[in-house]
Amino acid sequence: MITRRDFLQVAAATAVLTAGAPLARAAATQRITQSALLAFKPVGQVTLLNFTDIHAQLRPLYFREPSVNVGVGEVKGLVPHLTGKEALRTFGLKAGSPEAYALTSEDFSALAKTYGRVGGLDRMATLVKAVRAERPDNTLLIDCGDTWQGSYTALQSRGEDMVDAMNTLGVDVMCPHWEFTYGEARVKELIAKLKFPFLCSNVKDTEWDEEVFPHTAFFDRGGVKVAVIGQAFPYTPVANPRYMIPKWSFGIREEEMQKRVDAAKAQGADLVVVASHNGFDVDRKMAGRVKGIDVLLTGHTHDAIPSVVKVGDTLLVASGSHGKFLARLDVEVKGKKVVSHAFKLMPVFSDVIAPDPDMAALIDTIRAPHKAVLEKTLARTESLLYRRGNFNGTFDDVICQALLDERDAQIALSPGFRWGSSLPPGSDITLEDVYNQTAITYPNAYRSQMTGQLIKDILEDVADNLFNPDPYYQQGGDMVRVGGMGYRIDIAKPMGSRIGDMTLLKTGEKLDAAKTYTVTGWASVNEGTEGPPVWDVVAGWLEKQKTVRFDENRAVKVVGA
Amino acid sequence: MKTTVSRRTVLAGIGAAGAAAALAPRVALADKAAADEYLGKLTGGTAAQDGKVKLKLPQIAENGNTVQFTVTVDSPMTPENYVKTIHIVAEGNPAPGVASFHFTPTGKPEVTMRMRLSKTQDVRAVAMLSDGSVWQGSQEVKVTIGGCGG
Repeated sequence: MITRRDFLQVAAATAVLTAGAPLARAAATQRITQSALLAFKPVGQVTLLNFTDIHAQLRPLYFREPSVNVGVGEVKGLVPHLTGKEALRTFGLKAGSPEAYALTSEDFSALAKTYGRVGGLDRMATLVKAVRAERPDNTLLIDCGDTWQGSYTALQSRGEDMVDAMNTLGVDVMCPHWEFTYGEARVKELIAKLKFPFLCSNVKDTEWDEEVFPHTAFFDRGGVKVAVIGQAFPYTPVANPRYMIPKWSFGIREEEMQKRVDAAKAQGADLVVVASHNGFDVDRKMAGRVKGIDVLLTGHTHDAIPSVVKVGDTLLVASGSHGKFLARLDVEVKGKKVVSHAFKLMPVFSDVIAPDPDMAALIDTIRAPHKAVLEKTLARTESLLYRRGNFNGTFDDVICQALLDERDAQIALSPGFRWGSSLPPGSDITLEDVYNQTAITYPNAYRSQMTGQLIKDILEDVADNLFNPDPYYQQGGDMVRVGGMGYRIDIAKPMGSRIGDMTLLKTGEKLDAAKTYTVTGWASVNEGTEGPPVWDVVAGWLEKQKTVRFDENRAVKVVGA
Repeated sequence: MKTTVSRRTVLAGIGAAGAAAALAPRVALADKAAADEYLGKLTGGTAAQDGKVKLKLPQIAENGNTVQFTVTVDSPMTPENYVKTIHIVAEGNPAPGVASFHFTPTGKPEVTMRMRLSKTQDVRAVAMLSDGSVWQGSQEVKVTIGGCGG
C-alpha cells in the first residue's frame, strides 16, 4: 500500500538530513528552508491542500507524536499504528532528522531543542498563500474539522476566533466534530459567519430523520468539476454531551455516503473528494466499502502519515493535528478518473517559515485582551509533558495528581483526548498550557463514589471504544487516563475481559468489586455535573508546586498488543 | 446534588455524574439462552438459517432508550411465497421479546421502529416464511457510555 518511494518524497521536503549528532538549533534550522518545505513539482489540474484537527491552536507549539498507538484486528502493524523506531524504518527516515522529529516520538526532548516549535496559523497562512500564488486556479483548501475548540481564546470567544482565522486563511470547505460542543444555537450562529460551506453527510434530526446540513459542495478547479462531501464525527452524541445537540443524530451512515457519491457523479463531478472526521481506521474501512471516492481526506485520530494510503482506487490522506502539517495532494484527472498524483506532507517548522503579516495581525488582535491570563506562569516542568498516546501521558498524570490532591480522592479519571500540546523539559507551565489540555465546554471536576465493579466497567467500556477489532465500533479517542491506581490491559481479549489487576497505588491493595471508592474526574457528558472547572483545579495545584516532574507512567501494563 | 443515578448515567463520558452512588437495582437480564428459548416457542422449534433478513441498526446507540432499527426481508411477497411474521429479539433486555409483526402477501416485508436497549447486546430479527422456513439476521449494538473521542 505504501511504497518507500512515497515516503522519500517527504524526506526530500526538508532538503537535508543531518547525520546523527544533535545540532545547534541555528545550524539545523538554516538547513531547513521555507522554499525547501514548499518545493513540489505540480501534477495535473487540481491541488488539494488539507489540514485537520488544529484544535484552535493559533500559535506555534510543541507536539509529540504517540509512542503507543496500537492497531487491532486487520490493521495490526499497519500505518498509522507504527511508532518510534518502527515508524522510522517503515518511512525510511533517519534518526535525528527533521522528519523523524516531526513524525515520531523518538528522541523528542532532544530534537525539540534542535528543531523548535511547529505550527502557528500565521506560518500555515504563508504556506497556503505560496501554493495559491503558484496554482491560483487549481487550489482547494479543505479543513477536516476540530478547528473551533482546544484553546483559551476559542473557549472565551465560543469558537469565533477560529471562524475569523479560517475565513482569513481562505478555507474552501470544512466538516465538524468538536465544533458541536458549543451547542446547537452557537453552531448555527458560527456557520452564519463562515465564508465557506460546513458539510455533514451524516447528521439527521432525531424527530423526522431529515438532513440538517448540506452534504456536498461543488468547485471548479483547473477545468475539473470537484465535488467535496463532508462527514462529521459519527459518534459525537456518544463521545461528547448529547444534551448540547439533542435534536441531532449522527452515525457512520455508509449507505448515505454511497448515495452522495453517486449523486455527485450524476451531477457531473469529475473528482469526488470526501472530507471526513471518521478517524483513520473507520475511513480505511469505509473506503473499501463505498465505491467511487477518489480522494478521502481523513481527520479525527490525529495521524500524520507522510504518504497517501491507497484503498482500491481511493487515495487516503491523514495530515496530523495542531497545525503541525499542511498536506498537498496534486491530482491529474482524465475521463473522471485520477490518472496520476503527487503528495507531500509538509511539516510546518515554525522557526523557518516567515509569518504571514495578515494572519499574524489577526492572531495578535485575538490574543491581546487575554495576555495576562495566557502568559501567567504557574510552575516549571523538569520532564517532558505530553498527552497523545493510547494510555496515560505525562500531562494527564499532572492533571490526575492535581485532581487527586485538590479533590481529596483515591482515584482520578481523565479523558483520553488526542489533543493537547507538549512541553519539553525545562519549560514554564503557563495558564495557557493548562487550557490547551482542558479547554472544553463541560469542564466540571466531579467528586463521586464508585464501586470497584463500576470502575472496571468504565475501563472496559472505553477500552472497547478503542480496541474493538471492527473499526466501525471505534470512537477514535485514546484510553481513559487513571490516577491513584494501576491496571493491566490485554488488548486482544473481548470486551469485559481486557482489564485486570486494578490496584490502588498508595496501598498496593487490589480494587474490590463490591467496595466503594472516592473518584474524581472531569469531562462527564452528563448535564448538571457539579464541581469546579478542571483548569482551576490544575492551575491551583500547579501554583503550589514550584516544579513538577512526571516520568513515563508505569502503572498501566499493556499486553496483547 | 443528584441523589440517584442509573448505571448508564454514571458510566456516560468517562464516568460519573455530579455525585451519588446509589445504583439502580439490578434487574435480571436475559441472555442468549433465554432469547433462544423465547424464539423456540414462537417458531415451534424450527432452526433459523442465516440470511434473507437485513437489519439496519447503529453500531453504537446514541441513546439506549430509543434505538431506531429497520428490518427488511428478501421475499417476492406472492401468495405462494411470502413473509408471515418478523420477530425482533433483544438478547440482553429484561424480556427478550421486542415486537412481532404479521404480514399478508400484499405487504412489503419491512418495518421501522424504535426500541429500548438496556445494555450492549446482540439484536436479532427472525422471519418466518409461508413455506415454513425460518431465517435470521443479527447485529451487536453497543449501549455506551464512555468514549471520549478525539
